[in-house]
Amino acid sequence: MNFQLIGVNHKTAPVEVREKFNIPESRIPEALRHLQAHPGVDGGIILCTCNRVEILAQTTNGSADLRSFLGRHFQLDTKLYSEHLYELREQEAVRHVFRVASSLDSMVVGEPQILGQVKEAYATARALGAVQPHLEQLMTRAFAVAKRVRTETAIGSSSVSVASVAVDLAKKIFGSLKGKHVYLVGAGKMSELAARHLLSNGAASIFVANRTHERAVELAQKFDGEAILFEQLYETCDRADIVITSTGAPHAIFQPEHGALFLSRRKNRPMFFIDIAVPRNVSPEMNDLDGIFVYDIDDLQQAVSSNVADRRKEAEHAERIINSEMERFQARLQTLEVVPTIVSLQDHFETIRQAEIDRVRGRLGELSSEQERALDTLTRGIINKIMHTPMRTLKTAAREPEATTLIDVVRRLFNLENKNETKSGGAAGGS
Amino acid sequence: MALLWLRVALVCYTVGLLYALVALTRASSWLERVALHAAYLGMVFQFVSLTEGFRLSGQFSLASAHSAESVLAFLIMAIFMIVYLIYKTTSPGIVIFPVVFLLVFVACTGEQAFMRMLPGMREGWLIAHITLIFAGYAALILSFGSSLIYLLQERSLKSKKAGGMLAQLPALEVLDQMSFRLLLFGFPFMTLGLIAGVIVEEATYGRVAYLDPKFLLSILMWAVYLLLLYTRWSAGWRGRRAAYLATGAFAAAVIAWAANYFSAIHRFVRS
Repeated sequence: MNFQLIGVNHKTAPVEVREKFNIPESRIPEALRHLQAHPGVDGGIILCTCNRVEILAQTTNGSADLRSFLGRHFQLDTKLYSEHLYELREQEAVRHVFRVASSLDSMVVGEPQILGQVKEAYATARALGAVQPHLEQLMTRAFAVAKRVRTETAIGSSSVSVASVAVDLAKKIFGSLKGKHVYLVGAGKMSELAARHLLSNGAASIFVANRTHERAVELAQKFDGEAILFEQLYETCDRADIVITSTGAPHAIFQPEHGALFLSRRKNRPMFFIDIAVPRNVSPEMNDLDGIFVYDIDDLQQAVSSNVADRRKEAEHAERIINSEMERFQARLQTLEVVPTIVSLQDHFETIRQAEIDRVRGRLGELSSEQERALDTLTRGIINKIMHTPMRTLKTAAREPEATTLIDVVRRLFNLENKNETKSGGAAGGS
Repeated sequence: MALLWLRVALVCYTVGLLYALVALTRASSWLERVALHAAYLGMVFQFVSLTEGFRLSGQFSLASAHSAESVLAFLIMAIFMIVYLIYKTTSPGIVIFPVVFLLVFVACTGEQAFMRMLPGMREGWLIAHITLIFAGYAALILSFGSSLIYLLQERSLKSKKAGGMLAQLPALEVLDQMSFRLLLFGFPFMTLGLIAGVIVEEATYGRVAYLDPKFLLSILMWAVYLLLLYTRWSAGWRGRRAAYLATGAFAAAVIAWAANYFSAIHRFVRS
């Protein structure tokens, strides 16, 4: 199969190195053409994201010099970067492709974007005709593996950022965020981020109150929301379902009595307070009120780290899936090598049979259609009997490492190579 | 044969019971699927059992206690399935499956006569009375169930330790809406059922015994039910308070049912 892979990623190289190898999207086709023109390379795929640059190549004999390709393409001395570059071959390259597509090699394990990026890289290479059959097999398998990992493990199901954990919690309380109102108390970067997440998950509108009103107006404009004077905070707060606090107030600005007031105005509809300020803006006793849920920055961060731990556990399960898929892929590739041989062997015998029948046909004189059929069945039967054992042997051998040698022998014995080449010029007679 | 089918149904519901027990400790979508299909099957067998009982006895099949419980269980399952179709969640099953299992189990073992037909009893009204009241009970039990799950979910959110099967529970607002809708759904059944009961009594005895414990307790249950609806609707009571009230209504319903054993006019047991 002869797969070779070379690359740098976030684990082996800092960003200063990674950017040296970066290929802008518009120039990938050009790089692919260079790659294909490189000695020993039959085809390849180039994956370039902010965390990795990888070149996967299918080579003629498994020993193409990919380092020199990098050196030539980027006009740099690869020796300087040898500690950052990794090179993988065959099995290891296959495993790596599976792991990358399944997001096991990502900075945030389980993040979903990488699969799309790999698919895009594949599509680009395919459009340029740089994807050979074996590479094609590898990539389709990699996508299937990634899908299996996603459905059979919970690797991508938990949120691993504070903002997305906040969204998850809001959904646990409100179901859908549709029509829910968000109130930003204090206009920090973090609360802005959380608000953006909530809005993109369907929240209806945003209110902003800030000590410096100008900043509130500015932020409200950004989200098409409504700025409210800080003095009117307590009168207006019950309009919101989700309150995000991030003011620099030295003491809690929301006390249980405020909470009770909001609840009675809201007919007890629940409220969710996300307190990302330190010191805290929301008194923790508020959490004891029925229908009010208070999460401070520590609670959120704890949820994040427990989710990260969960992902790590799921990643182990995913590695097991990849191991079993590796074996299956291996077996598949080898059968793939056997199939064309079997087909040309069959063709070969069929040609002989036809030629022999044509030869004796004249001598036999007039034949009834029944005799005609008997002749056909007889010759066919002989060939099938002869073919039976070699074919079975080939098929079983496909799963063993010796397959290639065996295929070689069969092809040489029956001179199958030449046949394939001359096929277009008409069959060369058999006997 | 009716009893045999009922036992088969019981076996199916056992899977549901198992799901309910396991679901409290960890999430298993596989078991959830199996339990749901087993429940479908169980309902089919139970339906066969009920119709066969009806056909054999030649009269309304509620005439024996074991089918009474069976009918109630069947109605609960039917409403559970409706809830599932709307909300795509089996979580009320955590409460419902054990209840249904218990009811069917009792139905399988006991074979008491349910109610004797007295001369002059109007069969049509009796059937209406029992079915309507049972539909009301079923909705009440399911509403109670989703209130309990609301409490579970609320507690997990408050304690800030999400995970395990609690991660699979529906959102609080969804549970709240579910239990309120179930209450709304059950109330007309309960009301009409009680009216039908009064009509049966009137027709049978020629008068209505307003001081009979069964009558009083039924009115009490109905009043608690109404109160439950009212507080939810006007003050938006939910969560713990709503769950307590639902427990109250449920308890009143159980007592009203138990009143059969000391009521002069409304007897299950052949004296």
